Amino acid sequence: MTRQTFLTQNRSIFWFLLALAVFVLIVTVLSEATGNGMISTSFVKTLGKTLCLMLVAIAMDVVWGYTGILSLGHMAFFGLGGYMIGMWLMYARTEIIVAESLRAAAIPPTPEEIHDAIGTQIFGVVGSSDFPLIWAFASSFWAQLALVVLVPGVLALVFGWLAFRSRVTGVYLSILTQAMTLALSLYLFQNDSGLRGNNGLSGLQNLPGLDAVPQSQVSIAFFWASAVALGLGYVLFAWVVSGKMGSVIRGIRDNESRVRFLGYHVESYKLFVFTLTGIVAGIAGALYYPQAGIINPNEIAPIASIYLAVWVAIGGRGRLYGAALGAAFVSLLSSWFTGGGVPSIPLGFYTIQWTDWWLVLLGVSFVAVTLLAPKGIGGLFDLITARHAVPERVGDFGPDKGARRTVEGEEER
Amino acid sequence: MLRAFFLAFALVLCLCLPGARVEAQTQDLQSILQTHADEVASPGRRSVGTVIDALVASGLPAVPQFLERWADRSVYQRESDGLFYYAKENGDTYSLTDISTGADAGTAPSAEMTEIRPNGGVRRVIATALVQFQLSDPDIARRRDALDAISRSPEADQLEPLRASIEGETDDDLRARKERLAGMLAARYGDTPEERIAAIEALSGALSVDVRAVLNQILSSDTAVAAALPEGANIARTLTPGEDLTEAEAYAQLVAADLAPAIQSRDQIKAALTANIADGRVGGVPIGALNTEDGRARAYAALAGAGTVPPLVTEEDRNAALAAHVFYEEYEEPDAAITDAAREALDEVETRVAMNQALDLGLDALSLASIYFLAAIGLAITFGVMGVINMAHGEFIMMGAYTGYVVQQIIPDYTVSIIVALPLAFAVTFGAGVAMERLVIRWLYHRPLETLLATFGISIALQQLAKNIFGTQARPLTSPSWLDGAWVLNDVVSIANIRIAIFVLALIFLGLILFVLNKTRLGLEVRAVTQNPGMAASMGINPDKINMLTFGLGSGIAGIAGVAIGLYAKVTSEMGADYIVQSFMTVVVGGVGNVWGTLAGAGLIGILQKGIEFLNPSNTLAAQTYMILFIILFIQVRPKGIVALKGRAAGD
Amino acid sequence: MATLLEMSGVSVSFDGFKAINNLSFQIGEPELRAIIGPNGAGKTTFMDIITGKTRPDEGKVIYGEKSISLLKMSESQIAMAGVGRKFQKPTVFEAQTVRENLAMALKNKRGPFDVLLYRKTTRGAERIGELAETIGLTEQLPRVAGELSHGQKQWLEIGMLLAQDPRLLLVDEPAAGMTPAEREHTTDLLKRAARKHAVVVVEHDMEFIRRLDCRVTVLCEGSVLAEGSLDHVTSDPQVIEVYLGR
Repeated sequence: MTRQTFLTQNRSIFWFLLALAVFVLIVTVLSEATGNGMISTSFVKTLGKTLCLMLVAIAMDVVWGYTGILSLGHMAFFGLGGYMIGMWLMYARTEIIVAESLRAAAIPPTPEEIHDAIGTQIFGVVGSSDFPLIWAFASSFWAQLALVVLVPGVLALVFGWLAFRSRVTGVYLSILTQAMTLALSLYLFQNDSGLRGNNGLSGLQNLPGLDAVPQSQVSIAFFWASAVALGLGYVLFAWVVSGKMGSVIRGIRDNESRVRFLGYHVESYKLFVFTLTGIVAGIAGALYYPQAGIINPNEIAPIASIYLAVWVAIGGRGRLYGAALGAAFVSLLSSWFTGGGVPSIPLGFYTIQWTDWWLVLLGVSFVAVTLLAPKGIGGLFDLITARHAVPERVGDFGPDKGARRTVEGEEER
Repeated sequence: MLRAFFLAFALVLCLCLPGARVEAQTQDLQSILQTHADEVASPGRRSVGTVIDALVASGLPAVPQFLERWADRSVYQRESDGLFYYAKENGDTYSLTDISTGADAGTAPSAEMTEIRPNGGVRRVIATALVQFQLSDPDIARRRDALDAISRSPEADQLEPLRASIEGETDDDLRARKERLAGMLAARYGDTPEERIAAIEALSGALSVDVRAVLNQILSSDTAVAAALPEGANIARTLTPGEDLTEAEAYAQLVAADLAPAIQSRDQIKAALTANIADGRVGGVPIGALNTEDGRARAYAALAGAGTVPPLVTEEDRNAALAAHVFYEEYEEPDAAITDAAREALDEVETRVAMNQALDLGLDALSLASIYFLAAIGLAITFGVMGVINMAHGEFIMMGAYTGYVVQQIIPDYTVSIIVALPLAFAVTFGAGVAMERLVIRWLYHRPLETLLATFGISIALQQLAKNIFGTQARPLTSPSWLDGAWVLNDVVSIANIRIAIFVLALIFLGLILFVLNKTRLGLEVRAVTQNPGMAASMGINPDKINMLTFGLGSGIAGIAGVAIGLYAKVTSEMGADYIVQSFMTVVVGGVGNVWGTLAGAGLIGILQKGIEFLNPSNTLAAQTYMILFIILFIQVRPKGIVALKGRAAGD
Repeated sequence: MATLLEMSGVSVSFDGFKAINNLSFQIGEPELRAIIGPNGAGKTTFMDIITGKTRPDEGKVIYGEKSISLLKMSESQIAMAGVGRKFQKPTVFEAQTVRENLAMALKNKRGPFDVLLYRKTTRGAERIGELAETIGLTEQLPRVAGELSHGQKQWLEIGMLLAQDPRLLLVDEPAAGMTPAEREHTTDLLKRAARKHAVVVVEHDMEFIRRLDCRVTVLCEGSVLAEGSLDHVTSDPQVIEVYLGR
């Protein structure tokens, strides 16, 4: 019997990392900052953001495609990560601006004075000037960086614990996560939530103290960082879903109660996966929003998480590269269509403007994918490799009827 | 015989009375006015009283009209003889009317007439005097206006005329109103404390806003501060800084009362320091050291020591000042017996108001619950009974609402259009539901998560489609006029008719659904198919057809709910999305697979949301947040909902 | 033979239907016990109660030397305490290979982090090889379980049960869909397991039961109708009535 190493078992890691490296190299060579400028800075940002979306899509695939939990809350974790880093970005940048303006005074400013002035600057828009408690660590980069991990992680942990321990599964769990997301976004929409209500946090693309560095360089740096995060995330999740852990979580997806009777505490596993993917989503968000420049509660609304599920489904569940490709494909296509890049189709009596019709097309093609090609884009790779990378599954994705019976001799519906 | 006698008697009265009057009052209006000619021609706020008293005392029927015109500036004085006339400008001349008789008095050139212009203060006095005439005016509309005027701005001197007019009031409603108003006036302006207390006690049985205002006015108080509580003052309560008011507010009061020096704000200190920079130092402290609060405090202390700036008020100073004074609220009304009575009455009134508010809240909650119920009942069928999760359910609601809108564009009569729209909305969404079931859902039975996603795709497409067709702005769905207005029980409890209609609609649907599911062949077949499709099929039931019809039914009801919701809210392409999560929550909280459960869920969510909104009225977003959190916790306690089915029927 | 599991006065009902009615049952270690009974006698519910899937309305279930109550434990805790179950219908993980199925069932630490950091060991591989040989699936190890025949799935299910190394084995209809030779093999396996552990076999097939040659408990309408050797219970008039009388 030959011992297999982790990498030889998971060839997709090699190919994925190779493709990612080649892609990063090409973009670097063509970018404005480090290359010949064929790719505009704004497009580098779009690509960098896409990498972050791919990372959160991989996380979604682990929680949904592998563990069978259709979470409609992972974009909330993504957004929370963005908010956490955004708080520091906004605080630190405002601090510099405020210090600059106060320097003109005859008397040097005191720390308290600066702090108050920052508060007025940031919260003036919601008619306040006091720092809410949640901004206690905003002045510290490292503390906020820790919060990027902690806030989504703790929320996922607490929510997951509540949901899993009451054995809410399947669509009920999906609806519950959607409700959580809705509650969070409604909360953030309030002006007194402490995060500037529907104004959100803005100006995040300006890194504090780096005003002299042109955006073209900032964008390529973030692009690299996103690529590194995506690569690491891919390896991490490939490791998690391989081996015995993968075996158990796929077992949970296919037949939760059977895993339970084997002695595994299913709730702990779900909680582990839910929290881990929540944390990775938070990190992805923390890389995404400095590139997007602005975050507001709309980004957390349930619809965002549903789109995430759409990407993963179109990309192909149950394989990490499928989810990543799906996210990249759909989000880039979406910005191409909604950005007016696609020529409209004149029908004589009516002209199809793609900015109006893109969502209709997306919705319909999504239904088509669910019905006709449940393997999604990833399924195309099976044609190339001509083998079943993912074995045919029996039953649906998610907890199925399993072995549970309440009456002798009959299988439960 | 008797009748003839009465007739004769009346005739005699008619003949006698005017004569008697003329005899009793020898003076006519003009002569009274002439007696006070100066005050009439140029009335002052104080002097006008005597004229009005004389006019009122005369009891002449022409007095009210004169008072009105006087205030209206249509009384003129002829310079030649000083007589007063009503005049109307007519080109260069005035046409005159005799004040006493109302007869035409010829014309006069405009140069000869002086307009009398009472100022605002005088006009108010005149208006008050007029009230007593208006209160007994034969025209009921004028009497009502007069009462309205009094309740708008009650004055002490209105009490007597008001009381006097009660006797002769013929209209029962108006009489009751007058008595009520008189009671309220008596509470505030009664002559003796006993009278006022009695009036106040009489008010304690009331509920209305104006009674509460009267009591609150009696109880109005000023906050004040002093070294010790003043003797003999009617103290409402003493205030403790830090509890009843913040310490900063308390100190601000001290400063306002000149009992303590003002606190220097950070900006003021900074300005003072900036103004006293000398040789790169302030008070001996180098400027560089002023970048801490401590450094600035030292510099400021040095300046204060030198007398350049007012001394800094430290925390200790502030606390000492606060401790040395007493903060209290003092009633404007000096008589403690009256304020006590008012307090007691107000407490009693407020208890009753609170009870009525609870009732009102209950009605609100009921109405919200019926909206949720309408939105969720279709889901209770498709999700609860069939187990199909339809994320496009909200869009079916939207479709129904837009159907209503389109029908109103074609049929302008709102009543007819609603009657047409309800079945049409059902038909449209029934068709849409059947189409969706045939094309999408039936391929995905027993794959709930994929159903969720596919129907979500449909939901995105439908929403965007609606946007493309109807635009992004809200479209109105107007309710017929008989649904406007509200059912008002009292000043506290009222409910809009449209909400009652929605409630009735919800009741009808509850009955209808229960009937269809439990008493008809279709219901039997639906239950058979959902419980065991194989067995049902072998018994000759066509499961495909039943699934199609059931799904159509659930969707059709969503369409009708859409019309109802559209009447109550605006029709937008996103209206469905606003209801979808709540609808699912309603079904899940109530217990899946059970119409009663949906009812219980809608009730719970409605009451909860209104309850939270009541506790935190300024913030509906927070209310929704807390409600969802509550639901998440509720599912911990009862994962299967309020009305949980046990055993096999519950499924999983 | 010490008592391993004791149930007393256990009742459970679904919507008014009493699936288990004041059932008392006891098994020692080592012991082999067969349970028979007509359809609806409550055999599966009986196993559900022991494994923690169904909570009884009343009664006690006590397990092990320390007399711990199983009623307060979750399914996974009960499984970890040494209660293994083979389901009537094979419920192996069809999307995974036979090896993965067996590896998942192997007796190891079950915490998420233990599993995440789990490294394959030679001992584990040997144990899997051993088990595969016992259940005759050595050549099928890299195959996906979904591709196995029904009988092979039965064997895999038994292999997974053995891999857990349980003290109490609950085996629901092990012989269904097996050839006579396989049945004999199954009998041997169960008998071998019962030398050290407690084994409860639920079976319809009387021939199979006879070959097990053990004490038999007859369940009917949720309670014990008779108990003793197969010959003893088959001569019991009540049992004859239940099986033949209706």
